Order: sequence, then C-alpha cells, then structure tokens
Amino acid sequence: MRRAIPLTILAVVGTVLIVSVFLPPLENLGEDFTLFFDIIAVFAFFLGGGNLVRIHFNKLWRKRKDWGFSIVTLFGFFFMLVIGLLKIGNPGGIGADPTAEGSWFQETFNYVINPLQSTMYALLAFFVASASYRAFRAKNREATLLLLAAFIILLGRTPFGVMLTAWVPESWSIAQIPNLAVWIMNSPNLAGQRAIIIGIGLGVVSMSLRLILGIERSYLGEDRG
Amino acid sequence: MEVLFEHFRLWLAAFLTLGIFSFLYKDNPWYKLSEAIFVGISAGYWFVVLFWDNFYGKFWVGAGDYTFGWIGAKLSGGEVPSSSGIDLMLWVGAILGFLMLLRLIPKIGWLSRWPLAFIVGATAGLWLINYVASNVMVQVQATMVPLFSSTFGSGFDSSLGAIIGTIVIFVGTFSGLVYFFFSKAHTGAFGTTAKIGILFLMITFGASFGYTVMSRMSLLIGRIDYLLGDWLGMIK
Repeated sequence: MRRAIPLTILAVVGTVLIVSVFLPPLENLGEDFTLFFDIIAVFAFFLGGGNLVRIHFNKLWRKRKDWGFSIVTLFGFFFMLVIGLLKIGNPGGIGADPTAEGSWFQETFNYVINPLQSTMYALLAFFVASASYRAFRAKNREATLLLLAAFIILLGRTPFGVMLTAWVPESWSIAQIPNLAVWIMNSPNLAGQRAIIIGIGLGVVSMSLRLILGIERSYLGEDRG
Repeated sequence: MEVLFEHFRLWLAAFLTLGIFSFLYKDNPWYKLSEAIFVGISAGYWFVVLFWDNFYGKFWVGAGDYTFGWIGAKLSGGEVPSSSGIDLMLWVGAILGFLMLLRLIPKIGWLSRWPLAFIVGATAGLWLINYVASNVMVQVQATMVPLFSSTFGSGFDSSLGAIIGTIVIFVGTFSGLVYFFFSKAHTGAFGTTAKIGILFLMITFGASFGYTVMSRMSLLIGRIDYLLGDWLGMIK
C-alpha cells in the first residue's frame, strides 16, 4: 500500500504525459503539471527552510563548535523573511514587487548575496589553477590532447594568443591560435559534445522507462512497508 | 544620508568579498562569518521569491483567493466572487505540496511519497519525449549533413574547410557514441573506433575546462575590479 500507490501515481502520470504529446486535446497537460511543480516547490522550500532553522537552533542550543555563526545564519534568514514577506523598506509598499529597485530586499541581494556569490565562484579560479597544476601532466596521448585543447582555448581568448601567431600568413590563418581555438570549439569539441548529449538523451529515455515501468524504485527510500 | 548609505553598501560588499577571499590563507572566523551570512540571507531570499512568485502569484491568485472568497460568500450569504481566469486544478498542486509537509510527522510520513512520485513521474514523462526530440533527433540530424553542399540537392557550394569540418564532426560523434557503448568489449575495429572516440572526448573536456577557467577568471577580475575601482577608487 505504502509503495503501491506511489508506483501507480508515477506510472499513470508518466504515461499520461507521454500520451498527451500525441493527443491534441491534452497537449497543454505538460504546462499544467509544470505549474503544479512550481507550487509543490514552495512547500518543499518550507521543508528546507524549516530544516535550516532546526539544524542551527539545535547547534545553538547544544552550544556546538562555532555556534555563534548559527546566530548569524538564523538572523540573516529571518531578516530576509521579514523584509521580504512584509515588504518592509519597499518604496512601493505592501502591494509592490518585493524585488523592486530600491527596496531593502533587493538592496540586500545587490550588496550582500551578489558579491558573496561572485566571490565564491571567483575563488574557484585559484583552486582550478592549483588542481590543474597537479592533474594536467602530459603522461599519455589522451592527457596531452586534453592539455593542448585547454591551453589553445585559453590562449585563443587572450591578446597574448593573438600576438603569438600574428606573423602566420593569412593563407595559413587556421594556424593562428585564435582561429585554431574557434575551429576546436566548432569541430572536434562539437563532435564530443554531441556524443555526450546524445548519450545523455538515450540515458534519460532509458531511466524514464525504468521509472514508469516500476523497475527503478530507489526514490521511494529504504522502507519496505 | 544617501551618501552615507552608499558608502555603507560599498564597504559591506568589500568586507564580505575580502572575507571570502581570506579563505585562500586558511579557514578563519572572517570567512566563516561571511559564509554564515551567505547561507542565511540566500535561503531567506529564495524562500521569499518562491513564496511571492509561485505560492502567491500562481496558486493564490489562480485558485486560493477565489476558493476562500467563495466559501466565505456561501457562509455569509454574500456575493460570490467572479470565477473568470480561475483554475481550480491548481489545488492539486497545493494538496500535493501539503502532503510533502507530512514528512515531518513520522506516523504518516509515507504520504510524502505521493508528491514525490508525482514529480518523478511527470519529469520522466516530460523528459522522455523532450530528450528524444532535442538531445537525440536534433543532434543526429545536425551531425549527418550533406558533404558538398549546405542543403540537400543544392549542388556543390561547399569549401574544403567545411567538408573537413563535417567529416570531423561525424567521425567524432560516431566514435564518441561507440566509446559510450559498454555492452560490447572494446576490442578489434570496435575498440579502435572507441579509442578515436576517447581522443575526441579528451579535446571536448579540455575545451570545457579552458572555458570554465576563463569564466572563473572573468569573475575574479570582476571582484578585483570592484575592490580596486568601486571601493578604493584606484581604477577610474
């Protein structure tokens, strides 16, 4: 019962959506179901937000290591909830869009979330450089190709790359690093990308069929009830 | 006052940017503080955006407000609200969403599998068709194009570069797919084709890596530009 009903729901919903593509009266069903997803996502976020609060309150209550930072996290979370849901500091008042320009909510996004997010990603530049130093050694043919392709793409996008092969005559323009980078992107890289994309497509089809036919059940969890 | 706020915002963004960069030295309280702020504020931000966009904008405006208005009118004998533009089917989404919350009550937590099954089933149904159309059919069609002309039956209008490019793409895609076929041992002609596929895949990974490094570098330059330009005013 606990597993039969979800399996039936999955099989019926999946089959109906596949059939709907071939039946004009049902062709908008996909869009309707996407709307349901959006609504379910809000409730999932209730769960996620609740979990965040529970974990940090727990850490605070038990005075675990670095509990002081949990106060900051909780304060940030509730601060955004209050100014976003009650639209405090919004020039348009309660009826306005919460992300209206000049609102506290949007200003916090612009001056707190945005710099933090970009810096987090920018930080990866250092780690990628350090990782590539260790991993990219031309140990064999495949590794050499990978290294060369990355190197040409990187050089091809910089003024140094343009300068390096500027002496190559126009009749051999393909040998100029920027042109070579474009060729790599448009030919061998595209071929590899296509093989991966087609592979993913076939993988998705096979996994979808496994789910709809009830062969794949891992999403139900461990409970055998 | 506005100037003071502008300075406060600039200093706050710079303080947080440097806080994250301080991790390059080692894990430290400044980094942990910036991280804690990031987690709390981001979670709150997306919670509010989802609430207003999806819950209010889609469910409440589309069905919730009308339903409660209708019940209220029936109970009090007042005027029933107009049902134009109302989609009561949205209640299905709301009920499934509510079932998801039942995960918090262990005794009936198993009911939360129903919305999960709905999401997984709908995703499987939608993706099965979409992926066949966009990831398989379109890509196969784009790979097998005429060698000597840009379109079928239009005569010879291609260049040597384009012909070589078409051959490279076809050979690369085919051999790459052969490499991903694991149901047959990679030996003989099949193995040789798979090896060619690996070479193409290596070039793809190298190119993707190069692009990733470029995008991260561009973000890094953006942050340094902010610190030296907007904050310190050293770059005009």
